[in-house]
Amino acid sequence: MTAAAPTASAAAPLYVVKPFVSRVSAARRARDKALKVLSVVFTGLGVFVLFWILGMLLVKGVSALSVDVFTKITPGPGTAGGGLANAIVGSILLTAIGMLIATPIGVLAGTYLAEYGKASKAADLVRFINDILLSAPSILIGLFVYTLLVLPFGGYSGWAGGVALAIIALPVIVRTTEDMLRLVPGQLREAGAALGAPPSIVIRHVTWRAARSGMITGVLLAMARIAGETAPLLFTALNNNFWFSPTLVGGVSNLPVTIYQFASAPYDNWQALAWAGSLIITFAILGLSVATRFILSKGN
Amino acid sequence: MSTADDAGARMSRAQRIKPSSGSDKLFELASRSAAYFVLILLAGIMISMVIGGWPAFREFGPGFLTSSVWDTQSEQYGAWPAIVGTLTTALIAMVVGVPLSLGIAIFLTQLAPGWMKKPVSTAVELLAAVPSIIYGMWGLFVFVPLFAAFVQIPVSSLTEGLPIVGTILYARSPSGLGILTAGLILAFMIVPFIASITRDMLEQIPTVLRESAYGIGCTTWEVVRYVLLPQAGVSIIGATMLGLGRALGETMAVTFVVGNANRLSASIFDPGSTIASRVANEFNEALGMQMSALIALGCILFFVTFAVLVCARLLVARVGKI
Amino acid sequence: MSMVSVSDRPAELDLSKVPIRLDVKNLDFYYGQHKALKDVNLSFYDRQVTALIGPSGCGKSTLLRIFNRIYSLYPEQRATGEVILDGANILDPSIDLNELRARIGMVFQKPTPFPMSIYENIAFGVRLYEKVSRADLDQRVESALRRAALWDEVKDKLRQSGMGLSGGQQQRLCIARTIAQQPEIILFDEPTSALDPISTGKVEDLLEQLRSDFTIVIVTHNMQQAARISQRTAFMYLGELIEIGPTQSIFLNPTKKQTQDYVTGRFG
Repeated sequence: MTAAAPTASAAAPLYVVKPFVSRVSAARRARDKALKVLSVVFTGLGVFVLFWILGMLLVKGVSALSVDVFTKITPGPGTAGGGLANAIVGSILLTAIGMLIATPIGVLAGTYLAEYGKASKAADLVRFINDILLSAPSILIGLFVYTLLVLPFGGYSGWAGGVALAIIALPVIVRTTEDMLRLVPGQLREAGAALGAPPSIVIRHVTWRAARSGMITGVLLAMARIAGETAPLLFTALNNNFWFSPTLVGGVSNLPVTIYQFASAPYDNWQALAWAGSLIITFAILGLSVATRFILSKGN
Repeated sequence: MSTADDAGARMSRAQRIKPSSGSDKLFELASRSAAYFVLILLAGIMISMVIGGWPAFREFGPGFLTSSVWDTQSEQYGAWPAIVGTLTTALIAMVVGVPLSLGIAIFLTQLAPGWMKKPVSTAVELLAAVPSIIYGMWGLFVFVPLFAAFVQIPVSSLTEGLPIVGTILYARSPSGLGILTAGLILAFMIVPFIASITRDMLEQIPTVLRESAYGIGCTTWEVVRYVLLPQAGVSIIGATMLGLGRALGETMAVTFVVGNANRLSASIFDPGSTIASRVANEFNEALGMQMSALIALGCILFFVTFAVLVCARLLVARVGKI
Repeated sequence: MSMVSVSDRPAELDLSKVPIRLDVKNLDFYYGQHKALKDVNLSFYDRQVTALIGPSGCGKSTLLRIFNRIYSLYPEQRATGEVILDGANILDPSIDLNELRARIGMVFQKPTPFPMSIYENIAFGVRLYEKVSRADLDQRVESALRRAALWDEVKDKLRQSGMGLSGGQQQRLCIARTIAQQPEIILFDEPTSALDPISTGKVEDLLEQLRSDFTIVIVTHNMQQAARISQRTAFMYLGELIEIGPTQSIFLNPTKKQTQDYVTGRFG
């Protein structure tokens, strides 16, 4: 376009009209164009992969869904039929144990970081280590719990699985609790203190309440995170094709490990169940994530 | 107000009961203990890895790191193939994943029209919520066959016999499984993660800075390249390192598609294994020295990811203070 | 000449007959290394409204925040000197801060309703220091809301969140919450600066009535407000107390040049 200089200057009027010539060079424009095109393509690719995965789960999973999936237990090798009832209940149980352990500790630790340890070096260290724990490989947590709870007590158990999941949920809860408490205006704390309320009462009755929806979000996020975790359960809760004992000692069947074991097995009914399980677990987790988002947007 | 009322008020002032400060102290102690518990937890993980892996480290010495043998019969174990597999898959994930993530973050913060921002952001975040085992299923049943048919076979036939590329990009048995496949699946897994952190970082940059750059006639490319990226640069590196930490330790998706071969191959089309995939595959059947060697692998993974995550957090944290 | 009209007031009180509620002696205050108050000396008299005025940054809010030790929430802030309440120095480390704060209430610049129901907002403070029956508590809540001129507006929605009220109503709720605890002194930190003129008028009327029961200290940047509602006024500048006296004399014939300049609007 820079080459398109005016040539018909003969008919030019007395005042000079400077034609609009873009001073953006071709190279600059090309780079700009490339950036924009690539950004759009990459974003499209990301969104496409999401729908591809969801589509795959729907296509393969829906056809494998049946009442049996929810009522019958996982079939043994070469046994026809079967369902996922024990795995679904086991997963809910393990997740519940994990959350029951992680929530009180995580909320208290997050509260310490936001309310008591603002200026302390120890709190800085805890914050830093918590962030590391947040991204620690989950398989290592499985190994840790194995050496801590499986080896000494002589066997796999639902408790070990629940503890492993709790260790994964904990840093998520600590982090969101602290972040959400920090969003509470300091004036509200001052107002509580000005009535003569001791710090613990201000925290429990005022600050926690003000941050409630955000803190619930953190707990739900943690739950979504652990509900689909497989690696930490491999060596802790294990998995089997029976109803687990009420004491949770011995293996506790669960969805993620069942999917892992059934997916590449040579039995058609196992593969079908793996797809059904994948569909259930993914939509449960995505549903939880969407619910979390909804609570957060409503809370603000 | 009447004097009677007033007298009542004065009286009740005198009657004030003092709430016990015991519960207050107890609450502070409980929350402090919970916070320190986080420290104990990380220390516990570190110690259990070192102790559990100690027999293998003592038996094989430094050779454990460099040996390629993994033989359960003769009880000889070396970490080298798993270390190489871990680093290679993570590197591939970064090379593919980081540009993708930056592109998505730039699209979301600079280019997307208002109505698109929210749904696209949500889609990216949902991608992060998909459990890793589902990525594994998708990888094994959808991606692997396509990858074998449309990439491995044609590329192998092109590179066959060529120097270097003929080694690195040649599949002896084009099954679709392998190091490259694992790296690509990992890339998809870390993209939503890096992209959403980068988006948050870019959004924190004051609008005036962006507007003044556009104001002097910058193109979007120049605004991104010379204003936004330098401003958010350190934290974007931090975000990518967080992604790297994930890629190094990711287990299930990799285990599905990496091929789980114990030997080392020069080709990234060939099956291999990572530390995490090998632990996931073998740990439940392992006894004695093999178990110790696997925990020793876990110990190596722990210290590598620990170092990466410490760097990442330091870089991300520094920006928070600017 | 003053830009501020001082309303008709009863003849000046004979202060020698009025007990002193709060006596401030040689008070210094520090934010970390920065000295924000320098050797402040003044007294607050029983059931009088004392206004603290001065340009922003003069230390008037800082001074107010010493009287209930609210600054102690922040470890880097400290005060030295004496503030005597009933013969005891409230700066003394042995003082029970929570009890002190129950005796000296505070209302903040921005309304700070707690995230709970209107009823609970008031009951919260009462329950902290008293064991009261359900019926007594209802009574206390109602009388506090009546005194804060809020009862008629909220009596049908006591169970609804206090956050749902308008700004002016929220501020009156905070005042109700404070008086329900029956403190001896109430500190007001620019209580109307976030309110519209009509709400401001209501809060000012309220202050006028509260004087019969409480000793009131109010920080305000609004000189007309100080003139309207206070009996005594203290003028502060750059961390120092320049002048204190009956409101009328501070506004009409101040003894210090700085006070004169400020009340006539030459700076601030």
